[in-house]
Amino acid sequence: MNFFFEVLIGGLLSGVMYALVAIGFVLIYKASGVFNFAQGAMVFFAALTCVGLMDKFGMSLWLAIPATIVAMIILGIAIERVVLRPLVNQPEITLFMATIGLAFFLEGLAQLIWGAQVRQLPLPIEDVPLQSLLDRFNIVVSQFDVTAAAICGVLVAVLALLFAKTKVGRALRAVADDHQAALAVGIPLQRIWAILWAVAGVVALVAGLLWGARNGVQFALTFIALKALPVLILGGFTSVPGAIVGGLIIGASEKLAEVYIGPLVGGGIEGWFPYVLALLFLLVRPEGLFGEKIIRRI
Amino acid sequence: MFYREAGQFRTTYEADGQILPIRQDRIFLLATLAVAVLAVPFIASPYLLSAILIPFLIFSLAALGLNILTGYAGQLSLGTAAFMAVGAFASWNFVARIPGIPMLLAFVLGGLCAALVGIAFGLPSLRIRGFYLAAATLATQFFVIWCLTKISWLTNYSPSGVITAQQIEIMGYAFDTPQRKYVLVLLVVALLALLAKNLVRSNVGRSWMAVRDMDMAAEVVGIRPLRTKLLAFAVSSFYCGVAGALYAFAYLGTVEPEAYNLDLSFRILFMIIIGGVGSILGSFLGAAFIVLLPVFLNIVAHGLALPTSVASNLELMVFGALIIFFLIVEPHGLARLWQIGKEKLRLWPFPH
Repeated sequence: MNFFFEVLIGGLLSGVMYALVAIGFVLIYKASGVFNFAQGAMVFFAALTCVGLMDKFGMSLWLAIPATIVAMIILGIAIERVVLRPLVNQPEITLFMATIGLAFFLEGLAQLIWGAQVRQLPLPIEDVPLQSLLDRFNIVVSQFDVTAAAICGVLVAVLALLFAKTKVGRALRAVADDHQAALAVGIPLQRIWAILWAVAGVVALVAGLLWGARNGVQFALTFIALKALPVLILGGFTSVPGAIVGGLIIGASEKLAEVYIGPLVGGGIEGWFPYVLALLFLLVRPEGLFGEKIIRRI
Repeated sequence: MFYREAGQFRTTYEADGQILPIRQDRIFLLATLAVAVLAVPFIASPYLLSAILIPFLIFSLAALGLNILTGYAGQLSLGTAAFMAVGAFASWNFVARIPGIPMLLAFVLGGLCAALVGIAFGLPSLRIRGFYLAAATLATQFFVIWCLTKISWLTNYSPSGVITAQQIEIMGYAFDTPQRKYVLVLLVVALLALLAKNLVRSNVGRSWMAVRDMDMAAEVVGIRPLRTKLLAFAVSSFYCGVAGALYAFAYLGTVEPEAYNLDLSFRILFMIIIGGVGSILGSFLGAAFIVLLPVFLNIVAHGLALPTSVASNLELMVFGALIIFFLIVEPHGLARLWQIGKEKLRLWPFPH
């Protein structure tokens, strides 16, 4: 039974990390209707930039992080300028394919600047079991995972505050509801989009730092985007709480499936199980757990 | 001047309904085909044939398959490589397990297996659309490749999972040199392309486009969306399956799951974006572009004496930038440029 709980908690905590990437997607999809396939590439780009700054220029972590945030903000503005602005009012599919191109571009750019080797990212959080839990319940839970989950929690709270309480947040929600109406009441659409991509870039940085500290900063980070997709399907594309709940469900179920069903069918089912789960779920509820139900009329 | 339809009258329904109404187009196409069949195999070097022309033709076929699904029926798919893998493995198994089966029949059966898988994974398309469907097709990609890796019956219990493709032999004639493989691939691709062209002009193709443009309106005028979409998945997967079989048998020489990864799916998606979504010609132009671009970049990188790691990253960047560039500047791709060129030529030397 202890083993079950260990797997479950480990899954939930890794689910938090998936949720973090999924939130980046949701932010952009919600406010601009762009399905940003490049989110994984942005995670990779952010993490690699941070590590690269530390490696090449000898910056400390606390200097590299703000520098990377500045870089991600510049990147966000550049994306809005170069990619999004000329594609305003195009079909969603076109924008989606443009972000696939963007993903390739960012992957190439990141490795061109910083090199392609795997790097270690030393975060000042140790990957050791939490002693109190080990003593009391005999369950091994990594301190790193718990801290990562806490960081995610703080980030989500900050985002929620940003959305609910600030002027920018109100503008973001207005843009999300209706581009044209937002434009008509004088909300600067393009500035809002740039802010949005910059925020998504910062979220990508947090995700990249946490994942990079765990698995090393390497090209495989881009595949996290693929893990975030079933999370999105499950949670709905437009809901931040959905992304979190979806992340938890996907994280927990994929670990449990790998441990309990995996051996029966030869293992390695972690790669597709979340997708099949999400797909089956879609057949029941096509808009996801928290997604908006879209009623179409002719 | 030389490209003008003046004086060409259509007096029968057949003449009115033909694929290429302008005589010069017909002559051009036939001349291209004649050169491709009769001259190229003898002039081109084995390297050119096996490293550029054969993959170009095979990718064209796969792009044609994806274009039917995405361009004509409007269902975005990221699982193209999975359908290709199904076609390749099924063909290999048919040849290995049924003695004396004709090779071409095995390819067709492989394509049909891919079509069945396509129908199975196309079923969600009635309930979900757009991005949800794109994400769902990713499930195909991961699930199919996992099956092919794990179910060792499919690879005939080969320990490495990599199996050698059988030699292509049709009516006792072995297609073992690059020239012969090229001619075979060319004939298959030309035949299937003709079929596709006619399919999209027919009732079926029009119902695909109706569903693509506005599915509800299509339903109101009596097109059954589920049947139409599933047919698109089936036909598209059939094309991809045959392309996958040719990829394994005529190009790689091996059948392995790793050859059909997500990267290949994206590459084929890029082909149709750059070539032209919803265009038969575009599939060919896009495939040519994507096959030739790395070759061209390699030559440039070699000329500038760049290290290979830089060159491969530059390739990624150029690919990405080109996708964005094409989507912004010419969303209908190279095929549209070709069309514009022809229209200009019809009016030439007058501007209007």
